[in-house]
Amino acid sequence: MNKITIGIPKALLYYKYKDLWVKFFENLGCEIIISPNTNREILEEGKKYVLDEACLPMKIYMGHVQYLLDKCDYVLTFRIACLKRGEKVCTNFMALYDLCRNTFEKRFLHYNIDITKRETEEFSFITMGLELGFPWRKIRKAYRDAKAYETLMKERRYSKQKNILGSSKKLKILLAGHPYNLYDNLIGKEISRYLEEQGIDLLYSDLYDTKYVEIDSKKISPKNYFTYNKEIMGSIVSYQEDVDGIILLTTFPCGPDSLCNEMIVRTVQKPLITLLIDELNSDAGLITRLESFVDILNERKNLHEERNH
Amino acid sequence: MKKEIISFPHLGDYSVPITYFLTHTTPHEIRPAPKITKQTLELGSKYSPDYVCIPFKYNLGNFIESLENGATILLQAGGGCRYGYYAEVQEKILKDLGYDFQFYSLVDSDHFTVSHMFQTFRKLNPHLPFLKFAYYALLTLLMIFYMDKLDEIIRQNIGFEKKPGLFRKTKTEMLETFSHTKGFLSLTRAYFRYKKKFQRIEIRSKENCLRVGIIGELYTAMEPFATYFLEEELAKMNIEIKRFTNVTYLLFLKKWKTRGMLRKIHRYCYYTLGADGMDNVYRAKYLIEEGFDGIIHTKPFGCTPEIGAIPIIDKVCKEEEMPIIYFSFDSGASDTGIKTRLEAFYDMIQAKRGRE
Repeated sequence: MNKITIGIPKALLYYKYKDLWVKFFENLGCEIIISPNTNREILEEGKKYVLDEACLPMKIYMGHVQYLLDKCDYVLTFRIACLKRGEKVCTNFMALYDLCRNTFEKRFLHYNIDITKRETEEFSFITMGLELGFPWRKIRKAYRDAKAYETLMKERRYSKQKNILGSSKKLKILLAGHPYNLYDNLIGKEISRYLEEQGIDLLYSDLYDTKYVEIDSKKISPKNYFTYNKEIMGSIVSYQEDVDGIILLTTFPCGPDSLCNEMIVRTVQKPLITLLIDELNSDAGLITRLESFVDILNERKNLHEERNH
Repeated sequence: MKKEIISFPHLGDYSVPITYFLTHTTPHEIRPAPKITKQTLELGSKYSPDYVCIPFKYNLGNFIESLENGATILLQAGGGCRYGYYAEVQEKILKDLGYDFQFYSLVDSDHFTVSHMFQTFRKLNPHLPFLKFAYYALLTLLMIFYMDKLDEIIRQNIGFEKKPGLFRKTKTEMLETFSHTKGFLSLTRAYFRYKKKFQRIEIRSKENCLRVGIIGELYTAMEPFATYFLEEELAKMNIEIKRFTNVTYLLFLKKWKTRGMLRKIHRYCYYTLGADGMDNVYRAKYLIEEGFDGIIHTKPFGCTPEIGAIPIIDKVCKEEEMPIIYFSFDSGASDTGIKTRLEAFYDMIQAKRGRE
């Protein structure tokens, strides 16, 4: 029997759930194709398929889907409506599956998480596996193993970040934003590469242990109900004592970020810079802003150390 | 208790029932925000985040003007998309501007519960009995329901009236009467009286007129053009309009209809798209089936649910060869630009009708 090939677009929540997705399909014995890092071509391709008002990560996602279309049997998409009772995510994630299905003539594999309708992650993964024709016991095992693997990998990354916090004496900057912005080749990679070249220790907001997110995020905004933005707020609160500066990375025109970042900027007392990135962005302008921000942080740190002596 | 002044932002003409409700349940003075002008939007945009959607800017402008007007308590609703999060951010922005006020949001995130509403009003009036609260809440809801019913008649006919201004004059009268309602009976009587009045207003004959449906986001469908701008512009070109969204729909009908709508447009949407996204896809389909000549879609710039829905609506319309035009409003929208685009749209649907 031929192996089923599944394409995973390297955009949006790939950066959050990659371990789970890849491991799950590996356990089932499927072949996996992951699209390459984002480049200009993919973005240009994606712009054709989505409204010009849509946000940058959405355009990139469509580009990745287009890239995968004729290379695999199924493309994996998802629909996430509600991850926790009383909370929500951006409505783009709610529309994503129907959007893909209507834009491209292709069979899409998808899962749907909506806690208010009792559709949990496990349930929807099993439904997805049944669609591929696997026996459900095998799917359940594959899912549980993948989940365990994901948790393990998460903890490893958390502890790596904690080590940086504890040991290093270098300048520390928190890079806060959605993971699909932080790690994307076109959006955040350039920034993190530049900062690392400068010998700065970078902390990432998505590597923050979400155990205390409820308590932490309420310090900035008690009524925020966007799950992913809550995690960003939580990471800022928990790290703000230990870092020298915060970089808020966002894309144009992100819906939840437009309001949540306003709250963050107005509450947090640390040196903070907001980088708004759109598709016409040039690296030179960004680097200049980063340079001056790093200079300010260095000055502050020197001043602080002199006073302590 | 100290006498306070309560204020709230505008949404169409709904300030009348809200004022009615608040005067009867709280001992405070009610002063709705001053009428929306260009100034309101400028004030709002000045202090809002750059790329937030336009209702936020209107609401913030409303709040600033009410505070300048002496308000000490502000009310905000919520729900749907990021609208539910408006309240907290606006409170923060206004507090940072140095205003002194109390802020209450009636709906927490998306959970509309009677008990939460009642708790909030208890804070405004500690001696409010529940029965009184329930009585006036029902009366207000009925008033909104009647208003929406009459509004439908007005929107269909306002452009065709023989004596210009008569519909508007009658509507002001109607709102005045509604705001002095004494109970369910007098409200119902007033409703039927005005319904007759509206129906008796003389209109030009509608023979051979084109029919167009307006779908899209709630706030732009009601607020910036509360003056029936689109209706009158289109009526000049001999076009009749059908609108969908109103508060009645959001409060009562949406919950009942969602499953049925999903079943009908199963080919396009498996799931809801957030806020009114899926509803608009359904409406587009409905308009096509009813044999309308064209569709107008309005939304504020950057409205996430609609951005998700538009490609799907586009597909529906393409398959059925239905003309559709999209308007995206931001703070720089001008009447002239809209008029020009509307004229072009008119030419298109006219040509299409001629062909058939």
